[in-house]
Amino acid sequence: MRRFLFRRIAQNIFTFFLFLVLVYVLVDAQPGDFSNVYLNDPRLSPKQRTILRESLGLDKPVMERFVQWLGNAAQGDLGISFSNYPRPVLDVIAERAPRTIMLFLTATILSYSIGFLAGKILAWRRGGFLEYATTVTGVGLYTVFLPWFGLLMIWLFSFTLGLFPIGKFVDPIVWRRAPVEANDVFLRLMLTIFLASILFIALFSYSRRLNPGQRTPVRLVGSGIIIVAWFAYWASSGMGKYAADILHHLFLPILTLTLVNFAGTMLLTRNSMLETLREDYIMAARAKGLPDQVIRDKHAARNALLPVVTSFVLAVAFVLDGGVITETIFSWPGMGLTLLEAAVVQDIPMVIGALVFTGILALTAHLIADILYAFLDPRIRYT
Amino acid sequence: MAEITRPKPGTPLRPQLGRLGPQGEVQVIETPLWKIRLRLLWRSFQSNFKIFLENPIGLIGLAIILLFAFMAAIHPYLLENVWNRNVYDPVIGIDQTITFHPAPPSAQHLLGTDPLGRDVLSQLMFGTRAAFILGILAAFVTVTIATTVGALSAYYGGAIDTFFMRLADLIIMTPIISLLIVMSALFEIGFTHLAVIIGLLGGLGGATIIIKSQALTIKVRSYIEAARVAGGGNAHIIFNHIIPNLLPLSFLYMMFSVTSAIALEAVLSFFGLLNIRMSWGLMIFTTQRAGYLLDLSKWWLIFPAGLAITMLCAAFYLVGRALDEVVNPRLRKR
Repeated sequence: MRRFLFRRIAQNIFTFFLFLVLVYVLVDAQPGDFSNVYLNDPRLSPKQRTILRESLGLDKPVMERFVQWLGNAAQGDLGISFSNYPRPVLDVIAERAPRTIMLFLTATILSYSIGFLAGKILAWRRGGFLEYATTVTGVGLYTVFLPWFGLLMIWLFSFTLGLFPIGKFVDPIVWRRAPVEANDVFLRLMLTIFLASILFIALFSYSRRLNPGQRTPVRLVGSGIIIVAWFAYWASSGMGKYAADILHHLFLPILTLTLVNFAGTMLLTRNSMLETLREDYIMAARAKGLPDQVIRDKHAARNALLPVVTSFVLAVAFVLDGGVITETIFSWPGMGLTLLEAAVVQDIPMVIGALVFTGILALTAHLIADILYAFLDPRIRYT
Repeated sequence: MAEITRPKPGTPLRPQLGRLGPQGEVQVIETPLWKIRLRLLWRSFQSNFKIFLENPIGLIGLAIILLFAFMAAIHPYLLENVWNRNVYDPVIGIDQTITFHPAPPSAQHLLGTDPLGRDVLSQLMFGTRAAFILGILAAFVTVTIATTVGALSAYYGGAIDTFFMRLADLIIMTPIISLLIVMSALFEIGFTHLAVIIGLLGGLGGATIIIKSQALTIKVRSYIEAARVAGGGNAHIIFNHIIPNLLPLSFLYMMFSVTSAIALEAVLSFFGLLNIRMSWGLMIFTTQRAGYLLDLSKWWLIFPAGLAITMLCAAFYLVGRALDEVVNPRLRKR
């Protein structure tokens, strides 16, 4: 396992390097360069422009510049953003990346769990009206034109029903006299949610070993304690109001992204379940007289999970792309919106920085999916 | 009982389709090979189509596609013969008899007019044609590349295989919309360019891996060995034996590629990044620019285009899923 891990990480680093080359060459191949910005300025003579090009290093060959940029990037210097002047790119990324990661993680986990549950049931009740209705709805959601769908969600939940704010990260009226920074609250929010989910996982894996009579009460009491502790912490910290405001803004983007993404998992789980249900061990389980639910959940669904996990590798890019669109529609100031805004105003350092961040996120998710796959499937043992 | 007789001496000793005549001699049926192949193809198409028809989901998709195809086909005719070009042209037309645009649906403009006074129905139909051309062009590029590369890397293995598979890994992990946003902001990207770029990215990405794994199962079949024993070269085996057997799967992936190409184009035009005349995404972009985006009392500005994109994408996807059941017998009903 360790050797497998090592090899995968080495491979991913190599892929990441290729990605960097691709991004750099792509951005470099654009017509014109930074010195063209001053092309219309009569105060700048051609000679001065040449000096500007030289001092910016634009006259050097691409390879040399790339190596130099790579060296700087390795030291954490991605340059200074033009549109956020004079903030360094890394500073902007550090501010906005957590928001994207939060959106991405929550939406992915939610859509995979809902999709898996729905797909399981769908395959089990094959052929009814319910199946056709769910499949058509699912495909409709999966292929929906996301900007339009996002607008409909805003119109329905924010504009007509008034339940949620129309986009943005925080409500300025609530935050006017706030003693804390929005990002501090947000990071703390992420941390507590992360801790709570670890506690949940620990609780559930512990209670699985108990006998069935004790299991449910232990789970109920344990979950209750974790949830109460979480709320108690935020109520006592004095930042509860601000955290609630951020969560209020976060809800609609997550809902949209989840709705769009869950159908893919659902349809795949259904197909995978249909294949699993034909296996002999399902027949054997039926012949033993096991209850339907046990066959479905323990014998079929667990084996049907494997292709779903593999599909996660393919879905990472899809969810990230969906994130870019969702962030734009909801004006959620994460990396996706930053990328789009930087690309439109040709803020080259920021564009490269945002793409590098996206690449790192995609690669990490890919690596986690790989490890999960090796962990779940006992037939695959990478030595 | 007809007595089986040997063919007369002098007849060529190659396998021929024949039957016994009234005198018991072998009559060679003079049917050219391509006719037999065509008949076999037609027969397999018929049986597959029957399986396809069993699934109402695929039929819904097919009906929607045909409806849109009809819309796309009738638009040039309408523009030539029924509609006044100055009023109904999707890009430069304007209705000067109406003082305030966007005007709600009326008898002249069944879906109203957009903020610049152009007919929405005409734009929608023009956009349909654009979506079809783009989707099918991109899907064609995708499938051609994916099938060829998949067959080649499955057949030869080794360095070719490693190279293309690592490349596919890289492309799968790349968030394509983010990349295309950057590309279309930095370069002038038109219609054909976009189709080719989407086709290239799709063809070298996920589709290759799936088609290659199918090609691997074909490569070890006995008829490939038979072809090699009979003296067939590498190119002959790949193009005459492996690729024809990959085509059903390729056709399936064509459907999914059309979906993703149409969706991608719509998203990029929605952000106003493409250099094209008119498309569904551009219609929503125009609405956004004019500030009517959240004004649902002017529903005809955003609903037709948004719904059309969603429906056409979903239709191709549904047909793809129904074809999946044809290609993969394990998914069929028991």
